[in-house]
Amino acid sequence: MAATLRLEVATPEHLLLKEQVTQAEVPGLQGALGVLPEHSPLLSELGCGTLTYVLENGQKKRMAICGGYVEVGPDFIRVLANRAEAADDIDVKRAGEALQRANERLLHPTPELDVARALNAMHRAQSRLDSAARR
Amino acid sequence: MPSLIDLRRRIRSVKNTQQITKAMKMVASARLRRAQERVVNARPFARMAGEVLQNVVGAVSGAGDLAGSLPLLASREERKIQLVLITADRGLAGAFNTNLIKAAQYFIDGRPRQDVSLELYGRKGRDYFVRRSVRISGEVTGISQSATLADAEALAQKLIGRFSSGQADSVYLLYNEFKSILSQKVMLRKILPISVPQGTAQRDYLFEQPPAAMLARLLPDSIVLQILEAFLESAAAEQAARMTAMDAATTNASDVINKLTLHLNRVRQASITREIIEVVSGASALE
Repeated sequence: MAATLRLEVATPEHLLLKEQVTQAEVPGLQGALGVLPEHSPLLSELGCGTLTYVLENGQKKRMAICGGYVEVGPDFIRVLANRAEAADDIDVKRAGEALQRANERLLHPTPELDVARALNAMHRAQSRLDSAARR
Repeated sequence: MPSLIDLRRRIRSVKNTQQITKAMKMVASARLRRAQERVVNARPFARMAGEVLQNVVGAVSGAGDLAGSLPLLASREERKIQLVLITADRGLAGAFNTNLIKAAQYFIDGRPRQDVSLELYGRKGRDYFVRRSVRISGEVTGISQSATLADAEALAQKLIGRFSSGQADSVYLLYNEFKSILSQKVMLRKILPISVPQGTAQRDYLFEQPPAAMLARLLPDSIVLQILEAFLESAAAEQAARMTAMDAATTNASDVINKLTLHLNRVRQASITREIIEVVSGASALE
């Protein structure tokens, strides 16, 4: 029985991460999915949120991801995220500003406002802030 | 016979040109490395996404008629065709743009009964077709070296919209593929309607969402990926083509300089000889 999983995180433009992990938590569209080695094969869409994973040496890491798919096999997790950013790289100030902007746009809607887009931006900013705050 | 001064002037001018081509070659090779990196970086995602798509299709295909429930898969008679032409913004890249434009013209000429409209990416393709009698549905210039995911998403959205609303019965991409530094290949790829890879699921997957619903969202994403891939390939191919062209130009300039220098020396020697003869014959006339 495998004790670790190969976690791969990729965005359309980069392969961000390729690590052996002992467990991971993925933000699925319908809530968080905890994955341990020997998980049964699974396919799901991703929401916006924090991907948490534990390295072999016990170190816990976080990453903000948004949109995409996850494929789980017995010894691997592949995260195909539309956007992804390691928690350490997140610019908290910028994310905070983005959240505020999105909030204001939703509170004072103008006729030409694309509500779906503003909501999306809000979720994205929120997930980045969450990932960064818990580090 | 050109005078010495004329020859020297020409040599100097060719040398200047050579310096420019040499510099352009070096710039292109540095940019090529960066462009190639972007192509390589994008590959893992494309490969994994392809596998996911195949798995989902495998899981859904038991459910019967896919094309009926997913409009992006439904092919219909091609009367209105959308062609996306991805050229470079700049020239001096050998046959890079010419080959593409020729292929596009050939594509249009080969379909006289269909209504072909063009979506032009890159200044060179735009400049050519703007003055011709073709229908242009849109143009974007200035991003041939810096196309991002957002650009690919915007284009994909536009194309899917046109396909769904019946403004286009099929959509093709025409671009240069980066094969190696020495060769680029003109690629014509049909991206809509999507032809799904025949797949069987590798494993018995659990699905968080109904696979059919997941497929409906995967398909537009796969178009974005194909477009992004075309953008990146084209950017790398452009730099490779420019590098090769400028390398050839530099070599040609060396040849011309050599020839001119040889000629210059001959002319110089001939004039010296003539002067000596004049002096000698003048001296002998005095005796």
